[in-house]
Amino acid sequence: MITFMNNSDSEEEPCNERTSLMSAESPPVPSYQDGLQASEAGEAQAHRKRRAGSSRGPNNIAGGEMSGSGVPVRERALENEEEELTLKYGAKHVIMLFVPVTLCMIVVVATIKSVRFYTEKNGQLIYTPFSEDTPSVGQRLLNSVLNTIVMISVIIVMTVFLVLLYKYRCYKFIHGWLILSSLMLLFLFTYIYLGEVLKTYNVAMDYPTLFIVIWNFGAVGMICIHWKGPLQLQQAYLIMISALMALVFIKYLPEWSAWVILGAISIYDLMAVLCPKGPLRMLVETAQERNEPIFPALIYSSAMMWTVGMAKPDTAARGPSQQTWDAAEDGREHLRSPSQAESQISEMRSPVPTHPATSLEELEEEERGVKLGLGDFIFYSVLVGKAAATASGDWNTTLACFVAILIGLCLTLLLLAVFKKALPALPISITFGLIFYFSTDNLVRPFMDTLASHQLYI
Amino acid sequence: MGAAVPLGCAAAALGPAAALVLLTVAAEPLLLVVLVAGAFFWLLALLAASLLWSVWVRLSGREDAALLPLAAAAVLLQELCRFACFKALKKADEGLAILSEDGRSPISLRRMAYVSGLSFGIISGVFSISNILADSAGPGTVGIHGDSQYYFITSAFLTMALVLLHTFWGIIFFDACERRRAGGVGLVVGSHLLTSGLTFLNPWYEASLGPIFILTLCTGLWAFSTAGGSFRNVLKCLSCKQEPEGQAMLCSARQVPLEG
Repeated sequence: MITFMNNSDSEEEPCNERTSLMSAESPPVPSYQDGLQASEAGEAQAHRKRRAGSSRGPNNIAGGEMSGSGVPVRERALENEEEELTLKYGAKHVIMLFVPVTLCMIVVVATIKSVRFYTEKNGQLIYTPFSEDTPSVGQRLLNSVLNTIVMISVIIVMTVFLVLLYKYRCYKFIHGWLILSSLMLLFLFTYIYLGEVLKTYNVAMDYPTLFIVIWNFGAVGMICIHWKGPLQLQQAYLIMISALMALVFIKYLPEWSAWVILGAISIYDLMAVLCPKGPLRMLVETAQERNEPIFPALIYSSAMMWTVGMAKPDTAARGPSQQTWDAAEDGREHLRSPSQAESQISEMRSPVPTHPATSLEELEEEERGVKLGLGDFIFYSVLVGKAAATASGDWNTTLACFVAILIGLCLTLLLLAVFKKALPALPISITFGLIFYFSTDNLVRPFMDTLASHQLYI
Repeated sequence: MGAAVPLGCAAAALGPAAALVLLTVAAEPLLLVVLVAGAFFWLLALLAASLLWSVWVRLSGREDAALLPLAAAAVLLQELCRFACFKALKKADEGLAILSEDGRSPISLRRMAYVSGLSFGIISGVFSISNILADSAGPGTVGIHGDSQYYFITSAFLTMALVLLHTFWGIIFFDACERRRAGGVGLVVGSHLLTSGLTFLNPWYEASLGPIFILTLCTGLWAFSTAGGSFRNVLKCLSCKQEPEGQAMLCSARQVPLEG
């Protein structure tokens, strides 16, 4: 158990920089010079834009506040049209994140409800060394708080280590680390998952078939995540590895520790992303200074499509064709960035405000996507999965947590539209989720049970 | 019960809602966001009602204590949250209108009213029926202690009625609030209380299901006429004449008096 779990310490590190929500902004791609320069410049712009850019989320919900600021939207027609377009697409971005988050949660909840393996107690991670099998409530609470302290310290140490590595440009080490962790997720955890699912449904599979299936799944996953691949396949793989990671957490975190850890990690996320000396903020700033992308395989990008820079009008004017291999290949060659699938995809064109509003502009507007760290997926799914696993078979709790998380995500995207910089995606959603979990489990469930037993409807 | 009962009951209860969502809401991201926001408001109402119930149970010491006034309180809280939802959507509508080019928001308040009503209906229906569906998939005998044998199927149809009722109430309520007509609001609250009260007559299903379905039909017709529908519109629709929906929306939006 210990050796197995030691390998997973590389998993902790992704949990850290995954926990920030960023808006992918179209960088003003300077030129087509070869080499790393253009790509770096291009990708750096993405980060610069993330700071000062205009990835507008849904302004609609708090439209009152937005309009109250007295934006003179009639003064510049172009700006107005940009605002309006981004407003329309603001809700689209919200849905572009709702869908993967929902899919991840559905996978986790479906697995929890059907495969018994993930709800059985079978030891604990070394990151939560204190056992919760204590006789008194106070002792149990103390143990869970201590577990949380250990876990959060591990996460902080890992994040700081990663930021130091990044600062001192040990890229090979970081890439190797990331590749190792995604290897483990894609092969080992998938093997375990598949084994348990087959056991649950009593389906026999021979080893050669299993080998071929796992090999193909894992190899294609590695290629899609770390190199090039169709956008939707990459998104599907990222959702799957987030779900697998969440299932591991649900299985191995003890009850009370899980809830305290969820609360603590959202506070940590808040501080790490917003405080000036926070590790995640330093990471983002360093990446911006160097005009480099943040690591691949840690961020889910919802960008629908991307094209090459303005200097290549024929490519850009290629109509609203959906993400294809050719478009991807084309653009990537021109930019000659390092083969990082998600950064390719996040590479987008600038709005270039000086240009007249043409259909090209609208095309660019459509291309903007929002990025969400994979750690956010993981912890959302942990919350909903724990609700499904422990709420005494009640579906209402799971549904309430699900709605709470979606609303939190919506509000976070709204704040993103207002503040236009990297924001932590965990605090609001997890807070709502925790409030709804405890209140639904303790208050709503008995009420609804009583009503249902008399077949009363309110 | 095998797979037939839960699937059938799920289809009966949530089929119309699913069809409505797929046909009218799914294509529009803004409406999907309104859907989730409406569900959140309803959950707040439910939370408040459950809090009230648990406090009452603690005070009176009995589990089955006085469900009738508590159900009435729950209904009133839901309508209160519907009003809060109206306020929030009104603000959003104004914001959207200001930020858009031609001074009109891309989604009319009427559509938002419909979607918010639908979201209330879906979340209340799902909360009512999901545990029942989960139980119906497992082993058991219905009504073994002398209760009605038709529990699952009647629950499914009651849920369907409730989903549709919430949708209609949303439309009527928002329209009444927009025009500052207390009568409309009062009638919505009254019919909600009536529906909830009728369910107290379960398992005497003739007295509860029948009137509830009649009420659903009447409320549906009332909501239809509130939203600007008429017999002529239905005929036009059936004869497949192409009338752009925007026009109908425009007309109904113009009828709404501008707030000072």
